[in-house]
Formats: sequence, C-alpha cells, structure tokens
Amino acid sequence: MFKRRIPLFILAFVGTLLIVSVFIPPMENLGEDFTLFFDIIAVFAFFLGGGNLVRIHFGKLRRRKKDWGFSIVTLVAFFFMLTIGLLKVSSVGGVWNIPLLGIGDPAAIAASPTTEGSWFQETFNYVINPLQSTMYALLAFFVASASYRAFRAKNREATLLLLAAFIILLGRTPFGMELTRWVPESFSVLQIPNMAIWIMNSPNLAGQRAILIGIGLGVVSMSLRLILGIERSYLGEDRG
Amino acid sequence: MTSKLFLALLLLPFSGLAQDDPAGVDMLDTAVVVVAPPTSVIAVDHKYDKGERIDLTWVPSIDDQLVEGKVLAYRIYRIVNDGGPQLVADVATGVGPYQYADEDLHRDSIYSYYVAAVSSNYEAASTRTAPMSPQREWMNLDRKWLFLIALIVGGSVLLFITAARRGTKLFVRKIAGLEAVDEAVGRATEMGRPILFVPGIRDMDDVQTLAALTILGRVSRVIADYDTRIFMPTSRSLVMTAGRETVKAAYQAAGRPDKYSDDMVTYYTDEQFGYVAAVDGVMVREKPATVFLLGAFFAESLILAETGNYIGAIQIGGTARPAQLPFFIAACDFTLIGEELFAASAYLSGEPMQLGSLKGQDVGKAIAMIAIIVGAVAITIGEAWDVEFMHDIVTWLSGVFSTR
Repeated sequence: MFKRRIPLFILAFVGTLLIVSVFIPPMENLGEDFTLFFDIIAVFAFFLGGGNLVRIHFGKLRRRKKDWGFSIVTLVAFFFMLTIGLLKVSSVGGVWNIPLLGIGDPAAIAASPTTEGSWFQETFNYVINPLQSTMYALLAFFVASASYRAFRAKNREATLLLLAAFIILLGRTPFGMELTRWVPESFSVLQIPNMAIWIMNSPNLAGQRAILIGIGLGVVSMSLRLILGIERSYLGEDRG
Repeated sequence: MTSKLFLALLLLPFSGLAQDDPAGVDMLDTAVVVVAPPTSVIAVDHKYDKGERIDLTWVPSIDDQLVEGKVLAYRIYRIVNDGGPQLVADVATGVGPYQYADEDLHRDSIYSYYVAAVSSNYEAASTRTAPMSPQREWMNLDRKWLFLIALIVGGSVLLFITAARRGTKLFVRKIAGLEAVDEAVGRATEMGRPILFVPGIRDMDDVQTLAALTILGRVSRVIADYDTRIFMPTSRSLVMTAGRETVKAAYQAAGRPDKYSDDMVTYYTDEQFGYVAAVDGVMVREKPATVFLLGAFFAESLILAETGNYIGAIQIGGTARPAQLPFFIAACDFTLIGEELFAASAYLSGEPMQLGSLKGQDVGKAIAMIAIIVGAVAITIGEAWDVEFMHDIVTWLSGVFSTR
C-alpha cells in the first residue's frame, strides 16, 4: 500500500508546491532546487544503469546467447573507459602518468580526467566522437529516403507538400535566386527565396505555434491528472 | 592648451566635479573633457520579487544628448549602510533605456546610489538617491493574468472530471494512432516477434518521458494480456528503473507476474548516438513487429524511425517536439502529434474521469482561439488605419499572455 501511496503523495505535494511557487516570489527558485535534487538522485541511479549493463552482457556471454560477440565489445569498452577514467591515465610528451598506481607525476591525481593528454579525453576525441559523427551522418541518407516517401504526389495534400518543399529547396539555393531575378521589385513576393521565407514564417510558424498551444494545454491536463492521482498507469494501476 | 584648461576651470562649477567626485582628475597633464552629470537618478524597489533587487533609472547627461561620443559610459556606484561607494557596473551609452538592475541585495541593508557620466578623462557624478532597502512581496501580481488563465483552464479540467464522474457522456475524437495499439500488439503476437518501446532520450524530469511511461503502463498491460514480449531500451538509468516498475506492475495486474523479467527494460548509454546505434542494432537483429517511439526525441528521431520502417515494423511515433514531428509523420504508420501524446494514456484507459480531463483542455483552446482572432483583427486594423485603441488591445493581450 505504501509503495503506491508514498509516490502519489510526493508527486501531489511537490507538483502543487511548484505550481504555487510560480506566483510567490520568495519561492521562485524552488524549481531550480528540485532540479538539483533530481540531478543528485540521477547520479546514484547511474550505478544502477551501469550495473545493469554489465549484468546483462555478462549473462549473455556466459550463456553464449545469440550475438554474444557484441557483448565482448561492450564489456571491454565499458571497463576500458572506466579504468582509464578512474586511474586518470595520461601520457604527455612521452611521459606516462598513472598517479593512483604511483607511476609518473603524483600531482596528476588532481587533474581532471578530461584534460588534454588524458587517455579518457583522447579516447573520447578519437574514438567516441568519430563514431557519433558517423551515426549522425546517416541522417543525411535517411532524410533522402524519408523525403522520397513523403513527397510522392499521391493525393492533393502530398502534392501541396511537394510543392512547398520544392519552393523551399530552391529558395535556399543560389539557383532559386537566379531563376526569379527577373521578377520586378514590386512583385518581389513572387521571387522564390521570398516565397520560401513566407512559407517558413507564415504557414509553417502558424502550424508550429498551434501545435505548441496544444502541447501546453496537454501538459496542464496531464499534470493535473498526475497531481490529483487520477493518472496512475505509471504505477501499473488501471484506475485511480 | 592653456585656453582649454582655462575653459575647463571655467566650467568646473557647472560640472559634476563640483559635487562629490569620486575619481579625481589630473587636470594639469591633459585637456579635460568635461561632461555634465546625469540627472533625475531614481532608485526604486523591484516589484514582485523576494527582496533582492533595486532598479535604477536616470536621465542621461546633457553632453550625451548633444554630442555623440563625448560621454563614454555611465558608472553606477552603490553605498551600503553609509559605507564607502562601490563601483557596481559600467553601462554603455547609446544602447537604449538608461537603467540598471542591481541584484543579489539583502533586505536588511540600506542602499543608496549615484551615477557618474564618464568621458575620456573625467567623471561627473549625480546626486545620491534616497537611502532604501529592497522589499519582499508575497504575490507576483505581474502574473495575475497567468494565474487567472491557469485557474480557468485548471478549473475546467476539474469541472469536466466531476461531470464525467457524475455520468455525463463526453465526446472525445478518435485518435488513429491509439486506436491502432491493439492491432499493433496483436500483429506482434501473430508474428511471434517482440515489441520495441523507445521512451525517448530525456530523463524523468521531462514531461514527455512521463507521458511515455503512462502509455507504457497501458501498452504493457495489453502486451501481458496477449502474452507477447516487450523490450524497452533506455538511455537514462532513472527511466530504466521507472520503466521496470511500470512493466512489472502491468504484468502483475494482468495476472502474469511470472512472465515479467528485468531484462525487458534495460539501460544502454546516456550518449545520444551511442544509444541510437544500440537501438538500431536491436531493430536490425531482433526485427520487432511493432515499434513505439514515444517521448522526447531530437536528431535521432528519423534515424530510429527510418530503421523501423526498413525492417517493416508497424510504427507508432509521438513527441511534443514540433521540429521532430515531420520525421515521424514521414516514417511512422501513426503519429501522435503534440497534445495527443499527453492525451494517450487517458484515451487508452477509456475511463470517464480521465476523458473528462481531456475535455477541460478544450476551454483553454477556446481562450487561445478567441485571443488569436481578436489579436489578429486588432493588429491588422491598428496597422492599416493607425487606430490607437487597436494598438492598446494588442498591448493588453501581449501583457495578458506574458509569463515574465
């Protein structure tokens, strides 16, 4: 019973307090304070996450489950980063420092693991960063395939979408500017770059703001359901 | 040189140097650029704060108004409890209203100020302001309209919840993405493949993650009923913990606690693209029949949705980030747009009380619509025919919806 009631009480109390704090100046920093509390809790929860990762992949390895080879890569990478970060391994100008093992400069123990020359930072710069950039670069190809599907002129709406996309694409290139340079200044609104700006600033912005208003109201409604304890599905209950 | 010095000495009685000059100028070495001090320096307590701020305004030096570049800046000096003057800030000239907000003050101290106009080698100080202490207010009346709107919207939600509790029939439009949940879970059951639930990449302090977890509660109940597998990779440890509790409780509620395993909800990494690589890997290897992408998504939204599309999964996406919605619309079978994400749990529950809360939102929408129409008409007429009254309406509306 307490497993349900205590979270509900905390949620109702903190939720109400934070709403009230918006209107009471002496309480206006309460939101920042609670964010700080949250960050502290999240740090401890990180041990849970890391521990879970190790447990799952060790289990996979022990039972030789499908694709267990990937678990070796994960575990080696995990423990490698953990070790060089905790031991503050660095090599500057050919001189090795592992201060916790008494190797090299003992003063290096006070250095941040992210200083230049530390293995932790070097691994981040030369392994993790390129890998992340590789993943991000995939986006260009996915945008192309998604655009192809979205802009097929199957019906009236899709045709309109295609037309708008075409104008914006052209409007953002020098070719679009050249194409309609001949249009007189008094009709400058018909120049493709200006049409692109109009599409972005008027229909697009209006649509986005309409969605944002809906989101704001949705958040209010959901917050009230949570604070009042009507919404309990996150606790696995069907009704409040 | 001598004539300039003579002129400077002649003007001395009219300049700020005749008053309390804190800087002191070596007038014998260089030609002194004498400037007049700022006037009407007023210090007022900042309204509706917790007593930490005093606002200063002044009329600029006459030399600043007549000769551009003669006054280089204004120096703000603060005197605390009759102590010595402390230089607080330099305010550049020609950058708009002449004002300064002195912050991080204490309510139990007494403050007075003076402002000095500064030329290249001279400082002309104004008279001191009257001593004062910042005051604390208990209500922020600048937000009275926000309070009223919150009261109306919140009150309407409560009113409709009460009406629903009394048995009033409420109409809620059909949301295609949510109608498809049973079908999507059923498809996975028939195909004997798992269901992938991705709750976004933000932590539990994001309301979108919270919305995703409320939907997870409903969806995992259906999954437990159908005896299908669910897999939920997370990028935050707290989301993993909360997700496990939610899925576990849903399996218990469905009478199948033995089918639950902690391995259903797992943590990968906080790194955005590391997480994407891991989830994409799961998609390609496990080929889930159904993918739920619900929560806060950023650049990874299209990478995930397109991979799901590539493996032929039925996809239900939803986020409250307008910039990511087009990607979900292009790549997913169903998309929950903005508010639908927050309405999903209530909609899926079908409970009158929860549906009542959705109806309450409509009052907020009506207020927004009226304000938009009135504002658009007022600004159009105001600009076209320069009608002062219409400009006033626009200013008033801007103030009403301001959250400062």
